[in-house]
Amino acid sequence: MTYSYYPGCTLKTKAKELDRSARLCAEALGANLRELDNWQCCGGAYTASSDEIATKLSSVRALLEAESREEDIITLCSACHNVLKRVRNDLTNDANFAFKVNNYVKPEKPFEGKTKVIHFLEFLRDEIGFDNLREKVVNPFTGKKIAAYYGCLLLRPSGVMDMDDPENPKILEDFIRAIGGEPVMYPYRNECCGGYVALEDKSATVKKSEKIVASADGFGADIIITACPLCLYNLESAKGESEVKYFTELLAVALGIKEA
Amino acid sequence: MQRIGVFVCHCGTNIAATVDVKAVAEALRHEPGVVVSEEYQYMCSEAGQELIKNAIKENALTGVVVCSCSPRMHEATFRKTVAAAGLNPYMLEIANIREQVSWIHKNIEEATEKAIILGRAAIAKVHLNAPLTAGESPVVKRALVIGGGIAGIQTALDIAEAGFEVDIVEKNPTIGGKMTQLDKTFPTLDCAACILTPKMVDCAQNDKIKIYSYSEVSEVKGFVGNFDVTIKRKARYVDENKCTGCGLCTEKCPQKKVPNEFNLGLDNRRAIYIPFAQAVPKIATIDADYCTMLKSGKCGVCSKVCTVGAIDYKQQDTYVNEKYGAIVVATGFNPIKLDKYDEFAYSQSADVITSLELERLMNAAGPNGGTLLRPSDKKHPHRIAFIQCVGSRCDDGKGKSYCSKICCMYTAKHAMLIREKYPDTEVYVFYIDVRTPGKNFDEFYRRAVEEYGVNYVKGMVGKVLPEPDGTLTVRASDLLNGQQLNLSCDLVVLAAAIEPDNSARPLATMLTASMDTNDFFTEAHPKLRPVESPTAGIFLSGACQGPKDIPETVSQASACAAKVIGLLAKNTLKGNPCVAHSNELLCNGCSSCEKVCPYGAISYSDKEFRINGKMVTRRVASVNPAVCQGCGACTVACPSGAMDLNGFSNSQIMAEVDAICKW
Repeated sequence: MTYSYYPGCTLKTKAKELDRSARLCAEALGANLRELDNWQCCGGAYTASSDEIATKLSSVRALLEAESREEDIITLCSACHNVLKRVRNDLTNDANFAFKVNNYVKPEKPFEGKTKVIHFLEFLRDEIGFDNLREKVVNPFTGKKIAAYYGCLLLRPSGVMDMDDPENPKILEDFIRAIGGEPVMYPYRNECCGGYVALEDKSATVKKSEKIVASADGFGADIIITACPLCLYNLESAKGESEVKYFTELLAVALGIKEA
Repeated sequence: MQRIGVFVCHCGTNIAATVDVKAVAEALRHEPGVVVSEEYQYMCSEAGQELIKNAIKENALTGVVVCSCSPRMHEATFRKTVAAAGLNPYMLEIANIREQVSWIHKNIEEATEKAIILGRAAIAKVHLNAPLTAGESPVVKRALVIGGGIAGIQTALDIAEAGFEVDIVEKNPTIGGKMTQLDKTFPTLDCAACILTPKMVDCAQNDKIKIYSYSEVSEVKGFVGNFDVTIKRKARYVDENKCTGCGLCTEKCPQKKVPNEFNLGLDNRRAIYIPFAQAVPKIATIDADYCTMLKSGKCGVCSKVCTVGAIDYKQQDTYVNEKYGAIVVATGFNPIKLDKYDEFAYSQSADVITSLELERLMNAAGPNGGTLLRPSDKKHPHRIAFIQCVGSRCDDGKGKSYCSKICCMYTAKHAMLIREKYPDTEVYVFYIDVRTPGKNFDEFYRRAVEEYGVNYVKGMVGKVLPEPDGTLTVRASDLLNGQQLNLSCDLVVLAAAIEPDNSARPLATMLTASMDTNDFFTEAHPKLRPVESPTAGIFLSGACQGPKDIPETVSQASACAAKVIGLLAKNTLKGNPCVAHSNELLCNGCSSCEKVCPYGAISYSDKEFRINGKMVTRRVASVNPAVCQGCGACTVACPSGAMDLNGFSNSQIMAEVDAICKW
């Protein structure tokens, strides 16, 4: 199992723990994550305007490089995953976009759609399988009440992201069960944390994130897990009772990885 | 050579304003075989018909072409006209110069040219027309009603009233359907049970009506007037002839944890049960999925307590064969499953319920004895939100594109009843539109708003959030005030869309009755034949044809009965002579026609033929003319050209095409 790996900028700076724990887990699970040689920032947010191509070129280059390696791309950060997957969708479904991009990038071989963009959670669910994962767990989180926090970018737009039901997702809850924990169901798990508004008006994101952590706390959560560095930052800023962790950090502990 | 008369209709100005009718009559006069060509203002009027009749007699016509409106409109009229003048009615052809010409064209020259071409095509066809005579078949004077809800009950009672025998097949242990689960009915607020149960009893006591409860239709053969139906009587493990309905077994059964479907799983029943007190027939049924005796052979309590020895653990499914002249579909509806609407937290909170569940919670025979309490903690709710159009009018592919029609009214009813009984409870209704057409319906809704102070908020709910303290935050937009609402509620009621019962699709296949994309049965004509299926002898009653409230269902049920009675009153049926027939010498037995026939009219048999002096056995198709509806699918599918349709033969169609192309 060899994959191209797209870490994204945040995983090299603020979210080093997400990058480190994920690499260790992948290794323990027998997957080889080969970082792309020339990855660039995904842009941070997918641009919705249909004639905008410049902000999507870095994703295009990542996809082209992975396809030339004949590998799928694994992502971790929800925002990077969202941008890469949506650009891949544009490349394969929007002939006009593909035409313009190819004129600009002039690739040796245009993107054919063989390379898929897989989130690390999807890798765990679809490639490893949660049942197999459960058997590999040596330090189960028995008795721990863990609240999954999805945020918005991981699941939406659901037609393109195609990971889970956006209103009633279960991939993180299934993950929590696989590592021996008890998932906490609370209605704010797929609400927005406020996202980038934190840069402009932190009080607004704190207000949004407070509701999320208060709900998780209220339903008795010990830990909140997420896949997104920005979500983690915002939820931590809300200063709730439960600690906020990347899902890969818990996975590394569950798999008994010493360095974790 | 035929002697043909052409009659061009003005249809007032409908045709004459766009088509130069005089020019059409003049042009067609010179076609081969045409001996008379006339135009008239209204050909369908009495004077117009007289004109045709006289022309037939004076000119000894053998064929007639009427250039007028669509044959759907007046083909039958003009067939009668030519028959009255002594011609075979199938020697008439219609050239549709209204719907296909004057109504869709603006340029008079072009329209006139097209009218002439269509007239020529009709003339070319009449040259090849042959007199056709319809066959006759006897009518079995008994009707089958599939589904024993209010629709099926009303249809059966009306048919029985006219003196015909009628059987009801109901898949549940009792008749009554959804209406038995309702508390009060709009717009008059009379109790559903009080008006329904007398009708159920009437069915049971009427000697013309036979009820097959806990039964399903498993096979349908035959055709209008002569259906051959197999009914599967599911094993209920209780002898229907012995059980007195005393209910002792249902009290003593030790298996107490069976979700009670009558109360929508809000409470439990036993493994042997009678659905509710007024059930008809009042006979116990054992639920094989839960009965300990049937599963492990260890129990037998019901058998011990039964004083008449009605329990029979060895009972098997049995099959009954019956013949019917007409079949009524009354399979009804169900609320949709809400698993795709989890933004409303239906699966996450016990206090998010459907409207039908609310009916049970408010009903005196329901799980709380009629006191409205929250399912989670049995506390009195102080603020209730109703969410309309859950799954209705959805264009996102999750729900139904149609309006479920009944929700606006029953929600107004619920809101009003709650405010009446619990004045301290605030009620909010979130709606897209309030739709209240119907007699006394809008007045009813206005009363909810004006007299009972129900808060109607225009705007949809985005999300229902169950909070740690047990309340439900309803997040919605108030479109009229232009603000977002976060309303803390104790109970949320979802008006779930309704859809046809899931037995409808396989039944439609069995009956070869057509359905729309939503699995509602299609009527023969949306306006003029609303209670008949396009398949002869199949009639539609109630919500199986489209969402309906009770008044509308009962109206349709009675209309349906009137159509059935009209059919059963006949001793024989005249068939449609425009049916397919197979040329056995050309048929190669490939089954292409059988596969495309939507009516099951084609069968195969081995026949002996003398070929080059030798006897050869070949498999050939034959058409049952009583079943064939003349759709022509087989004639197109047949690779060897053996199938042909009377009145629309391959040579007639080709003659029409030739006439059009000659221009």
